[in-house]
Formats: sequence, C-alpha cells, structure tokens
Amino acid sequence: MIYLFIGVAGSFGAILRYMTGVVLYDESVVFPFATLTVNLIGSFLLAWFTTGIVKWFSLSPLFKAAIGTGFIGSFTTFSALSVETVTLVRNGDLVLALIYVLVSVFGGLVMSRVGFSLSKGEAV
Amino acid sequence: MSIFQILLVGAGGFFGAISRFFVSQYINKRVSASIPIGTLFINLLGSFLLGLLIGMGVGEYSFLLIGTGFMGAFTTFSTFKLEGIQLHLSNKKKEFFIYQLITYAGGILLAFIGILLGPYLT
Repeated sequence: MIYLFIGVAGSFGAILRYMTGVVLYDESVVFPFATLTVNLIGSFLLAWFTTGIVKWFSLSPLFKAAIGTGFIGSFTTFSALSVETVTLVRNGDLVLALIYVLVSVFGGLVMSRVGFSLSKGEAV
Repeated sequence: MSIFQILLVGAGGFFGAISRFFVSQYINKRVSASIPIGTLFINLLGSFLLGLLIGMGVGEYSFLLIGTGFMGAFTTFSTFKLEGIQLHLSNKKKEFFIYQLITYAGGILLAFIGILLGPYLT
C-alpha cells in the first residue's frame, strides 16, 4: 500500500517539477534556473516537513512517506543537475557550471538547515 | 505542454519514486555504512542513466517518460541535502564532507561518461 501512496505522490511531484521547468523556460538563458529553483525550494520543504509538521500534527506514517519521500523527493532531482553541469562544461560555460554547482552545494544545505531550524522554532 | 506530456512525466514519476523507495530500503537494510549509501547509489546510478539517455538522443516523448519523469523522480536532491544536514548536526563532519563530495563529483563524472557512451547504444 505504501508503494501506491509514494507512487501517486511521486507522479504529482514530477509533474510539478516539469511544469515549473516549462514556466521558467527561456531559450535565451543557458543557466538551469528551473532545476535550481525546485531543488532549493524542495530542500527547505523536506527539512521543514520531516522535522516539523510531523511533530505538530499526528500524521500517519503512510501520509508522511507519501509527502516526504514521494512528493518532495520526486519534485527535486539530482540527475538533471549532473547532466546540466556536464552540458554547461561541454558548451564552454565553465564559470556558469561552477556557479551552478556551488549554489546547489551551499544553497541546498542552507535551505535544508533553515527548514530544520524553522520547524524547531530556533532563530534562523 | 499538453495533457499527454504531463501524463508521460506523471507515469515516469510514479515508477521513479517507487523505485527510489524500494532501492534505498533494500540497500539500507543490507549495507551498513557511515554515509547514506542508499541515496548515494540512487543519485549516482540515475545521473549515469540520464546521461546515457541524453547521449542516445532519444525522442521527446521517451525523454519525458524516462528522463524527466522516471530518472527525475528516481534521483533526489532534497533527501540528499537533509541527510547532509543531519550528518553535520550530529557532528559527523568528515562523513558530511565525503557524502557531499562523492555525490557531486561522482554524479557529474558518471553523467559525463553516460553522455559519451550513449551514442554507441543507438
């Protein structure tokens, strides 16, 4: 049963990621803003959800897995980040590739940490 | 963006998310490691396979189903970052650093190898 919940939530996460990509797509911009956006938002949401909401409300384990593992897990992605970085490098945009990786590394960690702190009521 | 394209991504995402859940549970039950080896394996494998798909130059619909949908949902960024923060907060600085380094360096390298190998598969 848990597989079905994760699968359905995962399909919505993937669709929302795809739609974000379509909305943010601009052929004159080579930088992968869409993936970066979903990844940073998702990192915040997962940390916030996993450590916070789960404590405030008594959610069933099935629902938690569906939202955390299914929806947010599928909304964010790592494979696109890897491929986009390689594409930037192969196109000679080395600086953009470096910026992309660094913002993903540190931005993702910061967003996750902020979500974590916020859910615990710590000062961010 | 048509309904058909959305359905392709959704179908891929359905199986991608289930596969991630299954594979990470399978690995975490059998392999004990100081870093989250389940997510690491998934992100490295998915990066290689997405690279392969790009290298093969598959058509738009196949890419929406297998690339954007399946591989996109199979791999994950949010869990990877949360696991990183959890390592950092439990003072496992070395494991934290190694986990971030192997995921990025390995993922990008494997995507590159996939892109290079892709054309040979078609």
